[in-house]
Amino acid sequence: MAAQAVPTRRQTSRFSLIPAGKLERREALWFWFFISPWVIGFLVFTLGPIVASAYLSLTDYAPGKSPVFVGLNNYATLANDRIFWKSLQVTAYYSLLAVPLGIIFGLLLAVLLNQKVPFQGLFRTLYYLPSLVAGSVATALLFSWLLNPQFGILNYVIRLLVGPQGLIPLGIVGPRWLQDPNWVVPSYAMLSLWGFGASMLIYLSALQGVPTQLYEAATIDGAGRVQQFFRITIPMISPVILFTLITGMIGSFNVFTPAYVISTGVGAGAGTPGSPAYAAMFYVLYLFVNTFQRYRVGLGAAQAWILFLIILLLTLLMFWVSRKFVYYESDEEGFI
Amino acid sequence: MATQTTSPRTTAAPVARRGALTSKKRQEQIVRVVATIAAVLGLLIVLFPLAWMFSTSLKTRIEVLKFPPTWIPVSAQWDNYRVALTVNPFGKYFLNSMYYACSVMIAELVSCSFIAYGFARLRAPGKNWLFLLVLATMMLPTWTTLIPQYIMFSKFGWLDSYKPLIVPHWFGSAYLIFMLRQFFRGLPKDYEEAAIIDGANYLGIWLRIILPLSLPALGAVAIMSFMFHYQDFGGPLIYINSQANYPVSLGLQQFNTPFGAHPSIY
Repeated sequence: MAAQAVPTRRQTSRFSLIPAGKLERREALWFWFFISPWVIGFLVFTLGPIVASAYLSLTDYAPGKSPVFVGLNNYATLANDRIFWKSLQVTAYYSLLAVPLGIIFGLLLAVLLNQKVPFQGLFRTLYYLPSLVAGSVATALLFSWLLNPQFGILNYVIRLLVGPQGLIPLGIVGPRWLQDPNWVVPSYAMLSLWGFGASMLIYLSALQGVPTQLYEAATIDGAGRVQQFFRITIPMISPVILFTLITGMIGSFNVFTPAYVISTGVGAGAGTPGSPAYAAMFYVLYLFVNTFQRYRVGLGAAQAWILFLIILLLTLLMFWVSRKFVYYESDEEGFI
Repeated sequence: MATQTTSPRTTAAPVARRGALTSKKRQEQIVRVVATIAAVLGLLIVLFPLAWMFSTSLKTRIEVLKFPPTWIPVSAQWDNYRVALTVNPFGKYFLNSMYYACSVMIAELVSCSFIAYGFARLRAPGKNWLFLLVLATMMLPTWTTLIPQYIMFSKFGWLDSYKPLIVPHWFGSAYLIFMLRQFFRGLPKDYEEAAIIDGANYLGIWLRIILPLSLPALGAVAIMSFMFHYQDFGGPLIYINSQANYPVSLGLQQFNTPFGAHPSIY
């Protein structure tokens, strides 16, 4: 195929979507056939609202009134808004904590449960259980109970085990978790870690796709388990690790439900959104506050587009860096 | 399932190697014991909040707030479950949730694996930029497109039905397309090349080679899709108005209003 493709490629104009070579054209047409559902769905359901939100970001708009075009005013407002910068900082910190930890825990657990442990199926199911309820309103409420500094079970256990009069008297006092601005983001990261069952599931199915012959060959060559893990397992599932890294990053920048429920709800740091001291003012929470509580829809849309650009750049960066680290069974041109 | 299996050596192995083999076997056993212990310990930590949730579900309103907390409820309030299941038409909600989750699951399994195959294997100009566009649809916070999308679906006349929540999934979801694309790109290409030489077209390859080879991944997709939509709260909250159409997630939320927040019923 490739031998035929080389001479014809020169005739293809840079911007044409259908190449000139016969085999290439056939393959490209099949490509468009396979992705046609997505293209149709995008044009019908997604494109309109996206364009609308891009336009709204350039306007002053409250529901019920008609939008007034204000140019880049919203973006300028945000640049001078200290809470906006704080929300960006909180979210970036959260992302840096939650995403790598989630990948490491999920991967370790998947490898662990891929060993021949007794009751393997039962273990897998039980580990997956928490992620079924993670991210829900109920879980957010549950964690704000667990992490309550005075009445929460976690600090109670810490006191029993390592507190001043505890089992092992180390004099450690549990932090004030969701009420201490320094501990707020780690507390949220803990909550998100609890849902690592989903990434475990993805890794487990990836591990099952690794050909067994590779391990057999490596064993014969005398490679130990640790070596096999880093030389076979990791490279073979690296496309899937890249997937969890990018989607995890996107998800962590979009975290909303727990932040909203905990900071405004019945739990520990109850109060205005983002309390205490804006330490829980996650990016999308602030976007929500501006859009639906202050009715500044245009400002919220501008926030969304700034977030979009940040995530897009980070995604491109990850794809670009991953070229050196990710192994694909089928090699292709382009860095995505 | 068994990636770590070493094929049993034949008895023809030289006697000199037998010592090495038994130590190998012992090493396997040690790994298995350590793995089991680690799995059990981890499970205790992971399931602790769930156990706490269950224990809370059996407490009275007053005991929930007690300190120091009680591990085992003084008298188990199984009645909480009766209340939770009977104050609302729970059976109806359950059927609604099942209908919603199953429809989306089927839609996503078909559409996402179809679209992902195109992106994973077939070459065409502009493919990578198009794929970036797929990913881009994940990057914009949903809150922003919410209002325009709501207006659009109301123009379609789709409000208070599951159509806005199901139909778009027949056109693929970026997250699952991306996931399956990564899986498909990890599959060996030899089978497909052989099939092409045998005169198969790409549709046949997708159906007869790619799908059977990626059953573990499709299983993961099915579980994640079902679970996500079974407990989806935001979507139904926006588009479902009449109580008869409520899914379980919205039904649960009602406990927060007429009773005041009552953590033991969650």
